[in-house]
Amino acid sequence: MKALLVCEVREGKLLDSSYELMTFADRLGAEKVAVLVGSEGTAPQFDGRVYLVDAATLGEYNPAAHKAAVLAAVAKEEPDYVVLCHSSYGWDLAPRVAAALKVGQVTEIVAIADGGFEVGCCNAKMRRQVKPAGARAVLTVQAGAFAAAPPQGAPRIEQLEVSADGQGLTFKGYEPAEAKAVDLARAEIIVSAGRGIGKKDNVAVIEALAKAFGGELGASRPVVDAGWVDHSRQVGTTGQTVSPKLYVACGISGAIQHLAGMKKSDFVVAINKDKDAPIGEVADVLVVADVLQFAPVLTAALQK
Amino acid sequence: MKLLVCIKQVPDLESRFKPAADGLWFDENDLAWRLNEYDEYAVEQAVQLKEQLGGEAELTVLSIGPDRVVEAIKKALAMGADKAVHVQDIAAHQKDPWQIASTIAAYAGEQGFDLIFTGMQSQDRGSAQVGVLVAELLGLASATTLVGFSYADGVVQAKRELEGGMKGLVNLRLPALVTCQLGLNTPRYPTLPNIMKAKKKEIRPIPVAELLREEPLAPTTSFYAPARKGGGLVLEGEPSETALKLVNILKEKTAVLR
Ligand SMILES: Cc1cc2nc3c(=O)[nH]c(=O)nc-3n(C[C@H](O)[C@H](O)[C@H](O)COP(=O)(O)OP(=O)(O)OC[C@H]3O[C@@H](n4cnc5c(N)ncnc54)[C@H](O)[C@@H]3O)c2cc1C
Repeated sequence: MKALLVCEVREGKLLDSSYELMTFADRLGAEKVAVLVGSEGTAPQFDGRVYLVDAATLGEYNPAAHKAAVLAAVAKEEPDYVVLCHSSYGWDLAPRVAAALKVGQVTEIVAIADGGFEVGCCNAKMRRQVKPAGARAVLTVQAGAFAAAPPQGAPRIEQLEVSADGQGLTFKGYEPAEAKAVDLARAEIIVSAGRGIGKKDNVAVIEALAKAFGGELGASRPVVDAGWVDHSRQVGTTGQTVSPKLYVACGISGAIQHLAGMKKSDFVVAINKDKDAPIGEVADVLVVADVLQFAPVLTAALQK
Repeated sequence: MKLLVCIKQVPDLESRFKPAADGLWFDENDLAWRLNEYDEYAVEQAVQLKEQLGGEAELTVLSIGPDRVVEAIKKALAMGADKAVHVQDIAAHQKDPWQIASTIAAYAGEQGFDLIFTGMQSQDRGSAQVGVLVAELLGLASATTLVGFSYADGVVQAKRELEGGMKGLVNLRLPALVTCQLGLNTPRYPTLPNIMKAKKKEIRPIPVAELLREEPLAPTTSFYAPARKGGGLVLEGEPSETALKLVNILKEKTAVLR
């Protein structure tokens, strides 16, 4: 079995997540071949073949050209699986490759099951097993589900010449993340508000709890998107990654993108009215309650 | 300009899910249904563009599914879409992303849309494939995960969300397709007059068999609740008692509370 691993380069650097693909391929028991649009210095370190397509000519984000690069490597290697990270790069590119090959795609794999792949659904409350219909498939792997393999070995690099226009798309560059007003990464205690708090006025209830704990206010994304809390307080893949001694999740369901930002917390308390909320999976204590009733009571208890 | 927005109706995710008898998807009994959140951003963006373009734009909304999905279609019409297509399929939940995308492409291919909007993924299945597959099947430029959108002179200027708060800036020449991410805009609430107006708008039914020619490429073989690690303690009951218990646990188990 052979897996073609599509590694990812951003701003001239190989992303570490590329090594998660290595672990995934090892778990499959597959031979590993890598392909990336990058430069010599960005090739992943492992004992295997790497197809390198020059980023200077193709650009870092140019889906039609990157698709052509992957397809060129597929033509050379005839892999069983084409594997990408489930990232903004991977979920954008994977269906393009799948469509071109007319093969099935399995999205955001969390585990390998006998003859198939496990993926989460219904906000991680449930799982599906998916078995691609044909001999070949495109796979994307959930970030963090497979720990990155240590870089080791020296790849044998083969340059691939690929030309393709942007198919109507032009990449104009990156916009950096906004400067952080609060550095949640240093906070020892974070009390985060989720959509379950219901409305903007209720942020004060969670703020009071954060204060009683002597901690910082954090938030899940919908709360930030709605403008209830500043973006600099968002925890998650598109917010901050935090590792406090105590994390209190108030009315947060525990979507994977939120968990990705807070699962390194030492101790997690979740306050949620839904006993089945996926946050329960990472919580040391799950308080099943209406957070708007419970938070003031807890605040008072802490102030005693 | 002809605009299309593709929407899906999904269950409220705070529901309790249990496998259906076939063991391949959830049991639909006792679920409340709504418009997929990501699609709400897609509908709103399409309506905003239509407003910007004035009289020259026509916005069609399309959904695949059983009769209940008409509720989601009506919401999109009340938000400002002009007309709708309901691809009737009582077994839509059994279709894989390839089949769903092929169905949409079979309809859209004949209509010559200039710009297509979809959500970046559905909240229930989360495959994040359908939008891009439709674009690829139709040979359109496409970009995913939009958190910024503007349009002028045949070009969409889009902001893609990347990890860690970074954005990627891209221009798309029409015809094109974009998939919409949380936070792209603030979806409007349909007003009562608009809900009334929506009742008169056309919803064209098309049986799925007229559009779908493809077999699944990535079929689901089972559906189940994940094994719970179940390590955590669950506290339930009277808030004042629970709060005291929690404070004691925190004093005992963490260094942050003395
Ligand atoms: C590419 C991408 C990137 C993302 N990045 C991030 C990110 O960085 N950070 C992030 O947080 N999300 C991110 N998301 C969004 C993520 O998928 C979820 O949509 C989001 O985390 C959900 O936030 P939530 O838990 O607050 O809301 P919901 O999922 O709506 O959950 C609300 C919870 O509150 C509970 N609840 C409701 N009312 C009450 C009450 N009265 N008392 C107690 N509990 C109550 C409910 O039971 C439910 O569990 C991203 C998504 C994508 C696709």
